[in-house]
Amino acid sequence: MAVAATCGTGAGSSACMASAASKSNVTSFQRRGPRASGTDSGGPRLVSIAGTRPSVRNGQLLVSSGLPALDQLLGGGLAVGTVLLIEEDKYNIYSPLLFKYFLAEGIISGHTLLVASAKEDPADILQELPAPLLDDNYKKELDEDVYNHKTPESNAKMKIAWRYQLLPKMEQIGPVSSSRFGHYYDASKRIPQELIETSKWHGFFLPKKISSPLKVEPRSLTHGYLKLLQFIQNIIYEEGFDGSNPQKKQKNILRIGIQNLGSPLWGDNICCTENCDNSHSLTKFLYLLRGLLRTSLSACIITMPTHLIQNKAVIARVTNLSDTVVGLESFIGSEKETNPLYKDYHGLIHIRQIPRLNNLICDESDVKDLAFKLKKKLFTIEYITKLKSYGLQDQKYFLSGHLQRKFVVKKNPYFRGLYTLKKTY
Amino acid sequence: MFPELNNLLNITPDRAEQGKLTLLCDAKTDGSFLVHHFLSFYLKANCKVCFVALIQSFSHYNIVGQKLGVSLTLARERGQLVFLEGLKSSADVFFQAHGEPHPLQFLREASPGNLQPLFEFVREALKPVDNGEAAWRCPVLLVDDLGLLLSLGVGAVAVLDFVHYCRATVCWELKGNMVVLVHDSGDAEDEENDILLHGLSHQSHLILRTEGLATGFCRDVHGQLRILWRRPSQPTAQRDRSLTYQYKIQDKNVSFFAKGMSPAVL
Repeated sequence: MAVAATCGTGAGSSACMASAASKSNVTSFQRRGPRASGTDSGGPRLVSIAGTRPSVRNGQLLVSSGLPALDQLLGGGLAVGTVLLIEEDKYNIYSPLLFKYFLAEGIISGHTLLVASAKEDPADILQELPAPLLDDNYKKELDEDVYNHKTPESNAKMKIAWRYQLLPKMEQIGPVSSSRFGHYYDASKRIPQELIETSKWHGFFLPKKISSPLKVEPRSLTHGYLKLLQFIQNIIYEEGFDGSNPQKKQKNILRIGIQNLGSPLWGDNICCTENCDNSHSLTKFLYLLRGLLRTSLSACIITMPTHLIQNKAVIARVTNLSDTVVGLESFIGSEKETNPLYKDYHGLIHIRQIPRLNNLICDESDVKDLAFKLKKKLFTIEYITKLKSYGLQDQKYFLSGHLQRKFVVKKNPYFRGLYTLKKTY
Repeated sequence: MFPELNNLLNITPDRAEQGKLTLLCDAKTDGSFLVHHFLSFYLKANCKVCFVALIQSFSHYNIVGQKLGVSLTLARERGQLVFLEGLKSSADVFFQAHGEPHPLQFLREASPGNLQPLFEFVREALKPVDNGEAAWRCPVLLVDDLGLLLSLGVGAVAVLDFVHYCRATVCWELKGNMVVLVHDSGDAEDEENDILLHGLSHQSHLILRTEGLATGFCRDVHGQLRILWRRPSQPTAQRDRSLTYQYKIQDKNVSFFAKGMSPAVL
């Protein structure tokens, strides 16, 4: 059971994170050269690639994952040169959303996209990206949302459980479409066609790339992975993301999205059997991909159906080989669907791993109980240890993630005694 | 290097032991701060270091090293540090066939290969230079994430063979030290990893095991460190000494304290 002994400092650090997030992108922060050209960075240069910002902690170049709430949990954003692995939820309903947010963020920021899938044509995936929310639209959304949620007790000073008041609140920062890092998206609308057309993207659709039946000699990688790796390497080299093309004046980021990696559609039977003969294919692919990313200005999102992988050892190895790992667990079909604690949410989100890049420590969030919900338009992530009140006549139940205690508050305001009826942990 | 850890291990850069194999093991937490510690420690102790870095890039170790007071670029230029960067050379090795064998040759092979090219590389890097001056003290081999080789298709037995060869050369012949890091998969039932870990624990002189706290995540205590001194070659007339501390990682330092004595709690 986690013990948050110093919630006060936690609130302080999240406040300074909030202030960093609202700073505009162009700061006087002089950043060292990007990790791509780590060997030839002479001195600090001011880099202004659209849609990126330096990390407040170590000057690492960050890109937004498409969800400002997720950026905050990952310590400011996704570092350039790293892999974000999303462990898919059971019915693959919410992980495509995160995938699309990442790609949509790339389009809005003007980055080049590389979309790889074995299931859907990348052109179709791009058509389904969510539309960005503009300033005044978002304000309307936020206002009506706050109005629905406002309960009179939520801001009252707590007498017994006063530590919960010190918990950092999930920041609901205002619309940031004017700044250049992190945007909000409307999940119910499609992205305007002209934005897709003006953006630069490359698609890798596996059935089209593998036309002939497999006649290649058995390599150590599955054929699908091999083709994908070669494709990515070609794009990185030809478009100069690894700094090999000196004529390129304007530096840009390559956002790579790989959907359902490890599923049988890629030709890998790691999800089908426990002891497959080609079990190193996936891990080798991840290692080689990471090698390509570290030497180029790119960031990658991979969704993987880890719940299908039979061999737990492979999941552990995959986690070690990825930089950032986020797991989604949806409540559909599970017993948690009827749990009153999770009434408002659609699932849990687990931040399993955050990389420690250029540093001994990383910005881990203090609260580990995070849940997400998909409202009509917005995908939000919230801390689940907030107190809820059930208005049942003259009894109010305060629930939290860690303890459940029933308090009775007498209606008579002159007798504000709190009686503990039952303690259950 | 972290001064508190030096005190706990009872070593100083002037008085480093020789011929020892140190195993760094982490379970449910990240033990990579120990790698940074040993890297900066041996560089400060004026030893020749061969670093096989498979999991992170050179700039990562360099930036952390600067926080700890060593410059890896300078050490590399002087010849004190031989750095094999796995990530950077992996794609080249895989796609293009080189003439001479590359240390990471096994990436290209379909069947699990052996690590002989890697061993040759290490031996070449650490062999004493034959001009009269003795520039550096004992040679040191540092491997960041030996368990990663299992993910890349090499068998556990091949990795253990590699460690054996390196020990024979580096620890016994050249009177140097070895430090390797292996992740403990815990309950993930990774048999190959367990074979590797048990085999290494049996051979090592010093085991540093970092674990997450049993009670879960805590902001002020990041984990627990178990130090175990062993004497694998001699029959154990005396029991192996073992100590347990808890630690908190800060920006440039790691502070150690006895269990339950975290400054935040007292």
